[in-house]
Amino acid sequence: MYVSPIREPLIKGNKDYSQVTRDIMAPMAGKPSKYWYMGMALAGAAALMGAWASYETVFNGIGTWGLNKTIGWAWDITNFVWWVGIGHAGTFISAILLLFRQKWRTSINRSAEAMTLIAIACAGFFPLIHMGRLLLGFFIFPYPNTRDLWVNFNSPLLWDVFAITTYFLVSLVFWYVGLIPDIGTVRDKAKNKIRKAIYGFLSFGWTGSARHWSRHETISLVLAGLAAPLVLSVHTIVSFDFATSVIPGWHTTIFPPYFVSGAIFSGFAMVLTLLIVARKALNLEDYITINHIESMNKIIILTGSIVGIAYLTEFFIAWYSGVEYEQYAFFNRAFGPYAWAYWIMMTCNVITPQLFWFKKIRTSLIATFIISIFVNIGMWFERFVIVVTSLHRDYLPSSWSMYKPTLVEVGLYIGTLGLFFTLFLLFIRVFPVIAIAEVKSVLKSSGEHQKHAHHE
Amino acid sequence: MEKKYYKSLEELRIAPDEFQNGEMLGDKKSLLLMEQELKQSTGPNRRDFLKLFGFTVASAAVAASCEQPVRKAIPFLIQPEEVTPGKANYYASTFYDGNDYCSILVKVRDGRPIKIEGNTLSAVTGGGTSARTQASVLDLYDNARYREPLNQGQETSWEQIDAEIMNKLGEISGRGGRIVLLSPTLISPSTKAAVDLFKNRYPGTELVQYDTTSASAILKANELSFGKAFIPAYHFDKADVIIGFDADFLGTWLSPVEFTKQYVSKRKLHEGNKAMSRHIHFESGMSLTGSNADKRIVIKPSQQKAYVAQLLLALSGSAAENPEIIKIAEELSTAKGRSLVVSNSQDAETQLMINAINELLGNYGNTLLTDVHLKVRQADDAAMTKLTEEMAQGAVDGIILYDVNPSYDFPDREKWVAGLEKTSLKITFNSVKSETSETANYVCPDHHYLESWNDFEVKTGHYSLAQPAIRHIFNTRQAQESLLKWAGSEKDFRTFIQEYWQQNIYQTDLTGFVSFWNKCVHDGVYVSEKKETPVPALDISAASAIASTNSVIVADDSYQLDLYYNVSVGSGKHANNPWLQELPDPVTKICWDNYAAISQKLADEMGLEDESLITINKLGPFPVVIQPGQESRTVSVALGYGREKGGKSAVGVGVNAYPLMGFAHGSRQLQTIGASIEKVNGKFRLARTQTHHSMEGRQIVRETTLAAYLDNPKSGNEIRDEIKKHLKTIYPKKEYAGLHWGMAIDLNSCIGCNACIVACSAENNVPVVGKEQVLMAREMHWIRIDRYYTGDPENPELIRQPVMCQHCDNAPCENVCPVAATTHSDEGINQMAYNRCIGTRYCNNNCPYKVRRFNFFDYTNADALPGNLYDTEEMTVDLRKLVLNPDVTTRAKGVIEKCSFCIQRIQDKKLKAKIENRPLADGEVITACAQACPSQAIVFGNLNDKESKVSLMFADERNYHVLEELHVLPSVGYLTKVKNTNV
Repeated sequence: MYVSPIREPLIKGNKDYSQVTRDIMAPMAGKPSKYWYMGMALAGAAALMGAWASYETVFNGIGTWGLNKTIGWAWDITNFVWWVGIGHAGTFISAILLLFRQKWRTSINRSAEAMTLIAIACAGFFPLIHMGRLLLGFFIFPYPNTRDLWVNFNSPLLWDVFAITTYFLVSLVFWYVGLIPDIGTVRDKAKNKIRKAIYGFLSFGWTGSARHWSRHETISLVLAGLAAPLVLSVHTIVSFDFATSVIPGWHTTIFPPYFVSGAIFSGFAMVLTLLIVARKALNLEDYITINHIESMNKIIILTGSIVGIAYLTEFFIAWYSGVEYEQYAFFNRAFGPYAWAYWIMMTCNVITPQLFWFKKIRTSLIATFIISIFVNIGMWFERFVIVVTSLHRDYLPSSWSMYKPTLVEVGLYIGTLGLFFTLFLLFIRVFPVIAIAEVKSVLKSSGEHQKHAHHE
Repeated sequence: MEKKYYKSLEELRIAPDEFQNGEMLGDKKSLLLMEQELKQSTGPNRRDFLKLFGFTVASAAVAASCEQPVRKAIPFLIQPEEVTPGKANYYASTFYDGNDYCSILVKVRDGRPIKIEGNTLSAVTGGGTSARTQASVLDLYDNARYREPLNQGQETSWEQIDAEIMNKLGEISGRGGRIVLLSPTLISPSTKAAVDLFKNRYPGTELVQYDTTSASAILKANELSFGKAFIPAYHFDKADVIIGFDADFLGTWLSPVEFTKQYVSKRKLHEGNKAMSRHIHFESGMSLTGSNADKRIVIKPSQQKAYVAQLLLALSGSAAENPEIIKIAEELSTAKGRSLVVSNSQDAETQLMINAINELLGNYGNTLLTDVHLKVRQADDAAMTKLTEEMAQGAVDGIILYDVNPSYDFPDREKWVAGLEKTSLKITFNSVKSETSETANYVCPDHHYLESWNDFEVKTGHYSLAQPAIRHIFNTRQAQESLLKWAGSEKDFRTFIQEYWQQNIYQTDLTGFVSFWNKCVHDGVYVSEKKETPVPALDISAASAIASTNSVIVADDSYQLDLYYNVSVGSGKHANNPWLQELPDPVTKICWDNYAAISQKLADEMGLEDESLITINKLGPFPVVIQPGQESRTVSVALGYGREKGGKSAVGVGVNAYPLMGFAHGSRQLQTIGASIEKVNGKFRLARTQTHHSMEGRQIVRETTLAAYLDNPKSGNEIRDEIKKHLKTIYPKKEYAGLHWGMAIDLNSCIGCNACIVACSAENNVPVVGKEQVLMAREMHWIRIDRYYTGDPENPELIRQPVMCQHCDNAPCENVCPVAATTHSDEGINQMAYNRCIGTRYCNNNCPYKVRRFNFFDYTNADALPGNLYDTEEMTVDLRKLVLNPDVTTRAKGVIEKCSFCIQRIQDKKLKAKIENRPLADGEVITACAQACPSQAIVFGNLNDKESKVSLMFADERNYHVLEELHVLPSVGYLTKVKNTNV
């Protein structure tokens, strides 16, 4: 008789509820380790560099960057799209996987969502800093004024403003709602009065009553329903920045799906990069198991392949369209002066993820870590290729030019990386990195003990 | 604290119980309450607090925000005649810098000259201008100008300096010493009269003319041919075949604005004109004129004489060897009396042959006039060389330097400087610090020409006047007045000119001199019937003899040098003009430097690439530019760079190439044979506004040949019908009621002289960004002239296209701006609201023409944050700022800007028409670029008026729109370029 194989348990080790609570809350207890301090110092230094670069940009002007009359966007928008893309994994994991009832998400959704929020904050920084007149940036909001000035609802940049803020707010609420039961737990375990007071306030009076749970579940589902389309819409709208323009290489109808899959692709890669380190450092290997990693790798293969096909489709359409500008734009990408960027992108995004077809590679931590870094790099270059190589040679060859980043631009990017890691390190100390309540909810059905007990 | 007010005593003594019964309402009640509160409280109450708080906040806000007090805003006590604040006045005047002449109108706003326009009344320049003329208004506000008379470098007063100078001059003249007045060609009759007065007072004074851009050989040749050293009047407008030998007559040769106007009148193919001239040009480096020729033949400098000789031989019936020359001779023979052959050779023999050729072709009296002379560049080079020799021997006791700078631009400057040191009395009239003036004993600074009275006779009988458009800014005095003063006359120069005109130029008529004079001052120009005395007929035998001995075209392998003047800084006199320094060269598109243009072949031989360094005759190092169309072993270098003194934008820009000039045949030579070229290690970065030179097969500049055009007027533009078929939209077409502005550009007329770029910068306060920013491709010009090469790299054709904002009616920039800072007007203009712009640069990215410009730094000092100014060229100092057009906002850091179709000019004329209650006439609104254009290549007007010039040009079969296939609906149209190539 055929016996269906038993699924690997989602949580390893024979753990009871209190053990789960203790394990997950361990990183929050006591003094931080010296590695945490080192990480903080490094990230803080990077963030400080970002602060210097921001000062240079705002005080002296965008001239401190490498832009010119032809190339109006470069690292700024590359970084923006890259960070927004990274910000896609969290909500995808918690909302879409929740709706699809994927239980494995419970171990990673909290940190992935935190990462999303931080990434969106980093992303949002770029559209602000790239403004020539940041101090007047509030013009972008449709606020009533005596001069009857109104924003231009035709502009994709304005759509961005709404898309990003909506996404950020919904993700924030979703994440926080998920945090409430855990904050309650932290409050209950707190030994210190101040800590108790703070977490008590943050827990919104959570008692764990059945009514609270019922409401919590309902609102989680509602928010998941709200967030799920946002996952798709945000990057679609970001892609409109390019797709609705007239610049060859930007003016492409394939952009929305291509950008969304690219975003999920890069988001998962970033989650992997972070969690592979975090699970080790925080002793959470039982919770974030190799199965989790493998599942995420599978998503990376899927989205990576979509991205690869999109690249090829763009080329085909450029040829098929018969538009000489379009054809040149794509020829120039692959063989022009920025071909190196294009081939880095192709290698990192199309070739390396295909290695995950091998089970050995997709279940190897080291390989996954390396490939996830590759994907992060590749996706950064994808945006660079789209933004810069399309702009630097557009319609009139008289205006063609080249772009080189300056230290200030690099500083801004490093600054956001610093901000990202600073906030993530703080997050580790402040909130449980894994959703305790949610893990507990799958412990019975998918924990190791339960699995074995059932089948013996 | 709170004072108590009451209407009656009852009110004052109101009983508390009355209050409590609640019958009292409203104000009374609250008053009472207040009173009670007042009684209870001892300290300041709530209202006092609010008052104090309000006052504090308000005063803090006022103190913090009103940090810029209005300085020196003095109202007119008596309003000056003609001046209405906020309204511009135009005064006719004349630009003449010793080399180039242009009749102009000076736009004066609130007492400041801010813009130069061409004077359409002039029979010589006809409303055209050059880049230098346009830029000359900025020289008025030159930071390097002398502000006081200087005695041995010390500030002094005019009385003192006059006394000292007169004493010394008298002393020299008294002992029979020699005084030399050194000046460029004087074309001012009154100045010459003043000089004569001076000479009378100080016998032993000699006037020596010294032209940096000299035509010495032409003068000499004409002296040999006609017995008189003169330059004839040229008529390119009557020439059907033009042969040029190295003469950059559209750029720098003799009278470029006049010649451009004439030349282009024979190149226009719209307005019913179906014929055009044929222009063949021989040269070694790629010049502005050569790049416009129908056929450009690359020769070595050393071969010019032989080519000219062969042409003469071919025309005189002898056998010529060169097949090209034979063909050209045939072409010329069919256009007898309708052709013109010109040369810039500084060899009198070559010029003699040129004269003979023109004589054989019957051009004298048709395209070349001997009874009307061109009066510029009359200096004999030998005179200056002789003077230098004499000065070196100490034979000159006093020298008055009037508008010359030989310490910089004389080739043998060691000798000159040594001679100058030996001269005991050195007086200079230079108004700007220069290498020469800084060594003078006495600096008697001249007015800028916009502060001066002057008169000119540029061609025989073609007079023009210059009148001051502003009171002299500094304690300067016009040079002529200084001369008059030292000559003992107390007359001011205006009176002097007036008297001179009354006696010499005015012909008695019924209206009297005063009205004649007023009309001349008003018009700026006056043409009399005056003609030169006839010259004897030309004998060509001498030229033929020269031709027969010089007709062998030698292919010698030595390196040859070809020095030239460019259209921006020219001789170097205007080097401290940032507008000119930032002006890209019409051929190489390089600004802020000179360089050695070499051929690809030479580069390969010597292992050079762009921006490598070479020395020429041990001078340098010069950065190298590989120039398509450059003669293989000839190096071309622009003069006018490498100034050592004379202001921030002049000093240290480029290398001074004057020492490379040779002296032969009694003339200073621009071209020398047998130069030594050596490679030097290292590189030097050159700022280029265009770095890609091929059109990549795109239909951006459309061109055809004359034959194809006559066959099919749409030729070269066939694709347009195809494009138009595909233009479909689901949106209703926007209709423009009333006005719909458009611009048509005739690519056949545009010669690429760059006058429009400077005019635009002056009109629209376009910032100068400096070399570093141009290197980063951040120049701010609102209009640029794109130039592409086609064909054989050894001798390519060159096509140009002025590009400014195309004011698309379906503009891609407008819909992407998140804050609606750029919008479309009801008159079809793509507008920028600078105040609204937050600088996302999305519009810039989405502009297919890349005409939008971003203020990367605070170039104009208009940013809200103090201390972040980026102004390498001192354009924001108070003096320079006087040139700003108050009708146009200076843009702050972080703002996008671009061509506005000179919206301020449109508004001005619209208001005028409205006040006069009439519709705008066609041609009434002229943009700055169109106004400046000497060839009238740019036509601006109302597209809704089907009879307007612009509409007619839009209806021409040659009209097309760049990137029309994008359906952006540009409002700028181009007429295809037609070359007269296949005769």
